[in-house]
Amino acid sequence: MTENHKQTVVALVENKPGVLNRVASLFRRRNFNVDSLTVGRTHKPHISRMTIVVDAARTDGRRIAANLFKLVNVIDVKLVSEEPYVSRDLALVKVRTDDAESRNAVTLICERYPARIVDIGTKVAIIEITAQEDIVEALIHELEPIGIVELVRTGVVAMGRGVRILDADYEPPVMMGHENGSYQVYGV
Amino acid sequence: MLLTGAEIVMECLLREGVEVMFGYPGGAILPTYDAMTKYPQIRHVLVRHEQGAAHMADGYARATGRVGVAIATSGPGATNLVTGIGTAMMDSSPIVCITGQVPRGAIGSDAFQEIDITGITLPITKHNYLVNDVRELAYTIREAFHIARTGRPGPVLVDIPKDVQNEKIEFEYPEGPIRLPGYRPPSAADDDQLAAALELIQQAKRPVILAGHGILMAGASNELRELSERAQIPVTLTLLGKGAMPENHPLCVGMMGMHGAAACNYAIQEADLLIALGMRFDDRVTGNLKTYSPNSRKIHVDIDPSEINKNVKVDVGIAGDVRTVLAQLLPHVPSKQHPEWITQIRDWQEDGDERDILHYESEGKLFGAQVINDLWKYTGGDAVTVTDVGQHQMLEAQYYPHQRPETLLTSGGLGTMGFGLPAAIGAKFGKPDEEVWAIVGDGGFQMTMCELATAMQEGVKVNIAILNNAFLGMVRQWQEFFYEERYQATPMYSPDFVKLAEAFGIPAMRVTSRDQIEESVNFARSHETTVLIEYVIEKEEIVYPMVPAGADLHNMLRRPKPGEKQQS
Ligand SMILES: Cc1ncc(C[n+]2csc(CCOP(=O)(O)OP(=O)(O)O)c2C)c(N)n1
Repeated sequence: MTENHKQTVVALVENKPGVLNRVASLFRRRNFNVDSLTVGRTHKPHISRMTIVVDAARTDGRRIAANLFKLVNVIDVKLVSEEPYVSRDLALVKVRTDDAESRNAVTLICERYPARIVDIGTKVAIIEITAQEDIVEALIHELEPIGIVELVRTGVVAMGRGVRILDADYEPPVMMGHENGSYQVYGV
Repeated sequence: MLLTGAEIVMECLLREGVEVMFGYPGGAILPTYDAMTKYPQIRHVLVRHEQGAAHMADGYARATGRVGVAIATSGPGATNLVTGIGTAMMDSSPIVCITGQVPRGAIGSDAFQEIDITGITLPITKHNYLVNDVRELAYTIREAFHIARTGRPGPVLVDIPKDVQNEKIEFEYPEGPIRLPGYRPPSAADDDQLAAALELIQQAKRPVILAGHGILMAGASNELRELSERAQIPVTLTLLGKGAMPENHPLCVGMMGMHGAAACNYAIQEADLLIALGMRFDDRVTGNLKTYSPNSRKIHVDIDPSEINKNVKVDVGIAGDVRTVLAQLLPHVPSKQHPEWITQIRDWQEDGDERDILHYESEGKLFGAQVINDLWKYTGGDAVTVTDVGQHQMLEAQYYPHQRPETLLTSGGLGTMGFGLPAAIGAKFGKPDEEVWAIVGDGGFQMTMCELATAMQEGVKVNIAILNNAFLGMVRQWQEFFYEERYQATPMYSPDFVKLAEAFGIPAMRVTSRDQIEESVNFARSHETTVLIEYVIEKEEIVYPMVPAGADLHNMLRRPKPGEKQQS
């Protein structure tokens, strides 16, 4: 499965309780298969941003975008993969490094990737990589024979290149729950 | 003004122009019921089951185009609304449901009558709210009405904790525009889309218009008719589109789909251009998608962008308000003639007419089709009819032609039995000057017949026609065709409906032969109150034509012509 089959949808959503639930419920209800869904805050406290990656062969990203657009709490949606864009996935990979051979192998592999060793001991090491999804996958593939014992990925985040900006000037009529200045990215 | 949350709710309803709300009280909504005493301008209708409240709000909304309001308590009150909300969602009917919730501090504790109604209704509402702060209440209710009635209409639920209803704040109604950054229903088409659509209309030799509920909701009947007449394009209607074009208009072919007119289905299959306006290619109108209208180009106008290319891939998809888009198109639409095509469709229609059950010897039986046909005749074809779900619903669609919008109210998308009576009551509140008939089956009627009491308590007049075939007729028909006549759980015992009505103080009459039908209409009209008429009809009538579920649209089971043998 190459990168070409993947479509990436970015959505700006109101940072309110239950919004992630609405999006997840929509995917379940419409039987949409998603590869990854990430959500995080933006520079505006009341707006969060979601990146959704789908396999176009299974689910058409345009249908996802059209349905997301209908959600009242979704401020804007864009299929960023239709135009040049940057995307990154972050992984932490814990691998076996309990002998000289494995330690050497890990070091050599990491040199060939935008990866670094962020923790190392006599038994295991943690490798961090931030890169395009396919590069992250290639690294994982190479580490596999050495012995991966734990792995976590953030899922893809993406942004269109150049001056095409996905942003909103929206300010909520009543600023609720933000009095103490700490803005949370709400989950369910 | 220092107001409680409950008073704010009522104040906002008043501002929205609400004249009537349908509901049922209980602990968590009591503060709002108490506040009602200060707002006598808004009439409250006490239902007998919250499902009835949602259907009444829905019936009111469908009859008037205005937002219907239902109100219920937390827990079981809220869950009883669910079927009604789902019904409104599937048919894009604008209703606002207000539910009480346990106090904020108790949420999540499984408190008495706590239910996660926003969670439950999330996939069956256009949007919903749990109001966490009394300062948000007025904004929320304004938004709820705005969302319910604009764009593709639909149900919105507002869940209000009891302590939010009780809290007092200094209140000022939030005037000014509603700020919903993520809510921008599309309206007009762009020039490229218009040009592409016009090009297809120009080239077409066998065009057909498919007109749906969207025409009614957008108020685009005149534009539809103009398009049809100008370019001589025959019009077919969805079930919910009935009334979009007068059915006696020479270019109106009738209803399409599973129990539609054969001529419509043939026309759709043979067409070289489909112009789908405010409809969504539901499986009940397309049949097998693989063989659906195989040789046509397709134009689809719908206000919901997610409907375009959902079931049927189209050549020109326009997400927009159908009235706006037709108004953009019309000045450029050429006058055209398609005499051969029109003649072909007429031939199909004539063939269909010959197979009509009304041409059969009834041999002393009373057919449902005859009842509907005669109700049409004696009500001057001008009543507001509200159906339940089943054979009688399809017979109404076939034998009661409608001439104007908002005169047939029926649960299409969800097919909700029990809709008929409460929706008719709601419709009558919206259109007090119209003659409203609830046309129901013996099965569906018994699902919500408790609302007879509501009709009497409120002094509202609807005429109830029960077509009693002593079966769950439509299911029996499927069993006859597809399950070798094994009538499992479809024969139905019913009470004596005339006596039942009398127990509620409702005048009632039983009709067993066709010559009593005129009298029954006169009887209904002679009473100021709700009236019930039971029509005892043939038990095993079949609704033809029928496209079996999933079959090709042109492969209909047809009734043979009189004297011909049944096709096998
Ligand atoms: C709530 C609900 N339950 C079940 C069904 C399935 N169903 C569709 S039509 C039908 C039979 C309806 O019988 P009746 O009300 O007597 O009307 P008839 O078909 O005889 O005119 C049934 C059970 C439904 N549509 N809705």
